[in-house]
Amino acid sequence: MVAGGAADQVFVNLDHWIVGHTPVPLQTLVSIVISIATIIVVFAGLFALTTVFERKGLGRIQNRYGPNRVGPFGVFQPLADAVKSLTKEDVVPRSADHVVHYLAPLVLVGVVFLTYAVLPVGRNMTAVNLDAGVLFFFAVGAGTELAIFMAGWSSHNKYSLLGAMRAIAQMISYEIPLILSSVAVIMTAGTLSTVAIVEKQARYSSTLAHWYVFTPWGLAGFILFMIAATAETNRSPFDLPEGESEIIAGYFIEYSGFKFALFFLAEYLEMFAVSGLGITLFLGGWSAPFSFLTWIPSWIWFFGKLLTLIFAFIWVRGTLPRLRMDQLMNFAWKFMLPMTLIVILSAGIWHFLTAAVVGPKPLGAVIRWLVCALVIFAPFITLARTLERGRKIEKRTYRFAE
Amino acid sequence: MLGEGIIQGLVETARNFFGSYVEKDRLTTVQYPEERLPLPEASRVFPFLLYDGSDAEKGLRCVACQICEKECPPRCIHIEKSKDKKPDFVGKAQFYPAVFDIDVAVCMSCQICVEVCPFDAIRMDNKFELSTTDRFGGLLWTKEQLAKPNEYYRQIHPTEAAETDERRVKELADAKAKAAAAAAAAAAKAAQQAAPGDGVSAVPTTPAKVVPQ
Repeated sequence: MVAGGAADQVFVNLDHWIVGHTPVPLQTLVSIVISIATIIVVFAGLFALTTVFERKGLGRIQNRYGPNRVGPFGVFQPLADAVKSLTKEDVVPRSADHVVHYLAPLVLVGVVFLTYAVLPVGRNMTAVNLDAGVLFFFAVGAGTELAIFMAGWSSHNKYSLLGAMRAIAQMISYEIPLILSSVAVIMTAGTLSTVAIVEKQARYSSTLAHWYVFTPWGLAGFILFMIAATAETNRSPFDLPEGESEIIAGYFIEYSGFKFALFFLAEYLEMFAVSGLGITLFLGGWSAPFSFLTWIPSWIWFFGKLLTLIFAFIWVRGTLPRLRMDQLMNFAWKFMLPMTLIVILSAGIWHFLTAAVVGPKPLGAVIRWLVCALVIFAPFITLARTLERGRKIEKRTYRFAE
Repeated sequence: MLGEGIIQGLVETARNFFGSYVEKDRLTTVQYPEERLPLPEASRVFPFLLYDGSDAEKGLRCVACQICEKECPPRCIHIEKSKDKKPDFVGKAQFYPAVFDIDVAVCMSCQICVEVCPFDAIRMDNKFELSTTDRFGGLLWTKEQLAKPNEYYRQIHPTEAAETDERRVKELADAKAKAAAAAAAAAAKAAQQAAPGDGVSAVPTTPAKVVPQ
């Protein structure tokens, strides 16, 4: 493959060069260590960058400057934050379950880092090419729920327990639409391997790539996936588990200093991981959208898409207020779940509406597109109308406090 | 349609985001240490002592009457009266504070000391960057630290200062007139006591005057 040129494979070649210069018995170990170290350094660095971007972005959304004191334009703010959280006192409540309290942040960060193993961040740049990569991602990702409940339970605090219970309820509810929306992609690609899914999308007919987001079911599936991902990572507007104004900080109320920083890190890493999976499944992973853009290295495409999605997360956080618990649950079970099922149906129809059924290329493709879009759009309108019926927004009246 | 409001909200926040880079007046933040808003004239932080002329020791208006010390609600003023006296701005001999301390860690900036002072000797300062590394000695301000010239007062509170100055000029004039009248009366008395027609020997003595600022 010539696409991408030398810069595309620069990290892969570097890895091979280092491994080639180590003694044969150590090669496997060195290769593993390099993969792990790269993932930890790159994504922890991205976390540092994102905290500044988020604070500056939210600031601009609210017509403020955001942090601009530490270094030029405040880019060294994460260093100051790191020093602060490292030097802060680490308070553990006397009544806490010390071992579990200590383990919870470590388990959370460990589990989140595990999910990166299957993310293809560039051509030939996947730590482990598992046959069941997507399944591995979701299976390991579910471990975050355990860690969060460990944190909430071991703190021996009502607020943290409430936060943890909210988190469990929310994450289990939204895991279903998250997985179901990716089922459509798995069905179409016919594989669970993240590498193979990206390779399926990295083909071009004329100039346009075969990204699944360019199909009607893929577009709807991507939107549903990102909504579920937002809920899954406990980000605004689904940040009920840590609602500051309601339950102070939810499950990490009893954490301070570096353990708190680890929770923070894990939350952002989870966001990157699930965005990375969204990119892999729907946005063509490391592939370029147009065939004439394939000269740009694949890892630049992946991280560019990742930064775009992070910006979208920040944008949504700066826009939407927090949901109520019942709204959250209703949205998951009455809207997200049926819509993901419809997306799967539409993907099935897409699969069977081949050129043999709808006719040759230009017209046939349009017909296929419209039919599949209608299969999603008509139920969406019906569902939206049904959900909005009987919901009257009235002026709040008070019986006793007037 | 479902989700319409969300899109409207996203458009609004995007407008704010990009607008804040284009229109500078959207950003209301004052970048404090570099940029500062002018302080309102009536702003006040902690009291200071006024003196006339250039010598803080000689021109200090405070006469150690201790009214402010007694009225201070949090009792942050400590005054020790002098043993000797020195002439005040009209030339009358007055006590002066040998020690005048304000514990600004205790002061609540209520301005009651200013309101009760009959000698226009204590006023509110508007300096607010007062952090110190010594929380005991650094926050106990002595007479020397508190004394500020009248020009400084005119600078920070021009309206109030003009009013005070006007009153003090009038007071001085009154005091002068009174002294002159007293002198005249004394002269007349002296003239009466002396042989009639021999008024040349009665020379009126004028008291020493301190010219006010």
